[in-house]
Amino acid sequence: MSTANLDPTLDGHQAVHAAEHEEEDHRLFGFIVFLISESVIFVSFFVGYIVFKTSAADWYPTGFEGLEIREPFINTVVLVSSSFVIYFAERFLHKENLWGFRAFWLLTMAMGSFFLYGQAVEWLGLPFGFTDGVFGGTFYLLTGFHGLHVLTGVLLQGIMLGRSFIPNNYAGGEYGIQATSLFWHFVDVIWIVLFLLIYVWR
Amino acid sequence: MSNASLEAVAPSLQPQPGAPDNWKRFFTFSTDHKVIGIQYIVTAFAFFLFGGLLAMVMRGELLTPEADLVDRTVYNGLFTMHGTIMLFMWTFPMLNGLANYLVPLQIGARDMAFPRLNAAAFWLVPLFGVILTASFFVPGGPSQSGWWAYPPVSLQNPTGNLINGQALWILAVALSGISSIMGAVNIVTTIFRMRAPGMGWFKMPAFCWTVLAAQLIQLFGLPALTAGAVMLLFDLTVGTSFFNPELGGDPVLYQHFFWFYSHPAVYVIILPIFGVFSEVFPVYARKPLFGYPVVAVSSIIITALSGIVWVHHMFASGTPDWMRMLFMITTMTISVPTGIKVFAWVATIWGGKLRLTTGMLFALGGLSMFLFAGITGIMLASAPFDIHVNNTYFVVGHFHYVIYGAVVMGFYAAIYHWFPKMTGRMYYEGLGKLHFVLTFIGANLNFLPMHPAGLMGMPRRVASYDPEFAFWNVLASLGGFLLGVSTLPFILNMLSSWSRGPAAGDNPWRAIGLEWLVSSPPPHENFDEIPTVVSPPYGYGSDEPLIANTVTQE
Repeated sequence: MSTANLDPTLDGHQAVHAAEHEEEDHRLFGFIVFLISESVIFVSFFVGYIVFKTSAADWYPTGFEGLEIREPFINTVVLVSSSFVIYFAERFLHKENLWGFRAFWLLTMAMGSFFLYGQAVEWLGLPFGFTDGVFGGTFYLLTGFHGLHVLTGVLLQGIMLGRSFIPNNYAGGEYGIQATSLFWHFVDVIWIVLFLLIYVWR
Repeated sequence: MSNASLEAVAPSLQPQPGAPDNWKRFFTFSTDHKVIGIQYIVTAFAFFLFGGLLAMVMRGELLTPEADLVDRTVYNGLFTMHGTIMLFMWTFPMLNGLANYLVPLQIGARDMAFPRLNAAAFWLVPLFGVILTASFFVPGGPSQSGWWAYPPVSLQNPTGNLINGQALWILAVALSGISSIMGAVNIVTTIFRMRAPGMGWFKMPAFCWTVLAAQLIQLFGLPALTAGAVMLLFDLTVGTSFFNPELGGDPVLYQHFFWFYSHPAVYVIILPIFGVFSEVFPVYARKPLFGYPVVAVSSIIITALSGIVWVHHMFASGTPDWMRMLFMITTMTISVPTGIKVFAWVATIWGGKLRLTTGMLFALGGLSMFLFAGITGIMLASAPFDIHVNNTYFVVGHFHYVIYGAVVMGFYAAIYHWFPKMTGRMYYEGLGKLHFVLTFIGANLNFLPMHPAGLMGMPRRVASYDPEFAFWNVLASLGGFLLGVSTLPFILNMLSSWSRGPAAGDNPWRAIGLEWLVSSPPPHENFDEIPTVVSPPYGYGSDEPLIANTVTQE
């Protein structure tokens, strides 16, 4: 019932009951269960990539030598660092320093947006498309699916930032912040594996 | 909303979920787990009737060796939709309904952990049901590639339309997956976090153990199917080459993605039915569940093993020998925890004081048919035999013994057992027993002849066949029609009992369990005061109370 506590659409009977029992908040537990499940989609894509790469006769499209690693590496450094930045944002929130929280939270969003921008620039400069062989397919599928998660993360962060201006909303920590931050770390870890598989593994 | 404001004014008019006088409640976005449970079950049963109708058309076609009733294209669509509807629109939602209704009651919770997520997960079911059904009306008809949707067959799009039967199929299955993940997150969180005080893991009813085991499979298995389905959808619509052999793709990889989920999915289906058996036998045998802790843990062992057996569906897919050997052994290993359960049920019944109510009859019938399915299952696990009968009716007979013999019969057992709790009314035993007799004869008449036909070499998924198989097919078709007829006394019984059956009382079976301590139907939010559990479940023949006396707090 905890998610429904403040739901204005509840009828009187439910509202009385919800107020009566102080129930624990299960949302973070549920979110972790969801993230574990979500990670299996990525694992499946990774396994598919490994199988394709080790068994394909012609891996790269004709005339293509391999991916440039320099810009993606910069992107990786930015994204991985943002995990530490968001951690400090959470620390500020625990110390009830709202402006410190907002500053570091905004910095995380900026770093995430930079990553997305770098990804878009890379995509536009590549000589192959989504339908160019198994390599083209898996490359855009993996980076695209991950990019979608980064975009989701940045949007969630935007919502959480907006909610920080509601008075007393984040007094004593808040589920939305914890979940968004956890999601961000998750997206980061996935990227490290993805970077090793696609860019480092030749 | 006028309904809600009325309740706010007069809370004593709060309708009792399940009582027939407020049927309109079942058409709302209710967040009550009991309403959602019944919504799931009734919706799923409607799809069961639809999928059964498709099966009867197929059985009508197979009465004669020639393809005369429907042509081959239609027949392909029929078996594809029959399989898809029965799995994704009947068994999963039906079992989610049972879990939704029973788990919070059995663990002593007021509702699920996330009631609104719960309602959203349910309302996806009619949505993807409509999408799948709509594929009958698009140009080119529904998907014809079977419920596996193996490429390259599933990559063919003769009409050239973006909206075709196969694309709608993938969309419906993807939505079903989203609904199932939402349900799984909810149920797992509920069981982990919301058990009543004192209900340690080994005081939790076996049904909840099996539901937990099944939902864990959803969490680790479904994403693999989702990944495969996403790639298949891109191959079909955008023209990527993941599974398209002409463009350098790997169609066998799809089979791995598909079966990595879809084999464990049969445990998602059967595990809660194991739970139903574990609940029903002790009540009507008046004996504790034999070896309860072992039965409980064996569910989790099945969950673990289910993740390492999927290649036994692919023995004939050019699979290397070492893989065949490995997955043959792991598959046979699954029979150990399953055998433990069967042994425990038989030992529970043994020497018990049996009451053969309709629920007990269905459980016994389901157990015996499951045993038969288990024996043919061990035969099929052996790679040489499997390759011999690959894609024959032997396989079809085997899994229908599991899915109809055990799952559908187990579902009926659960419904008859908990119907008085859900509605507060008693069903008519005579109609129930008629239903059981028709179902048991129909199921065996339908599915037993498939085994000899398959051993003789009759391939599955064909609209016409060699006349030498005609005898077995006529028998099977008669059984199929009988199964169609068998649903009539059930529906009649349910509708009439629900509206005007005699009052059942709170615990008509003298069963032990938290759900039997509340009124029938249970009140909103189930428990006035959350009970404190002091004993393990199934204390039949024991004087120990299940819960502490909550009146005296000392």
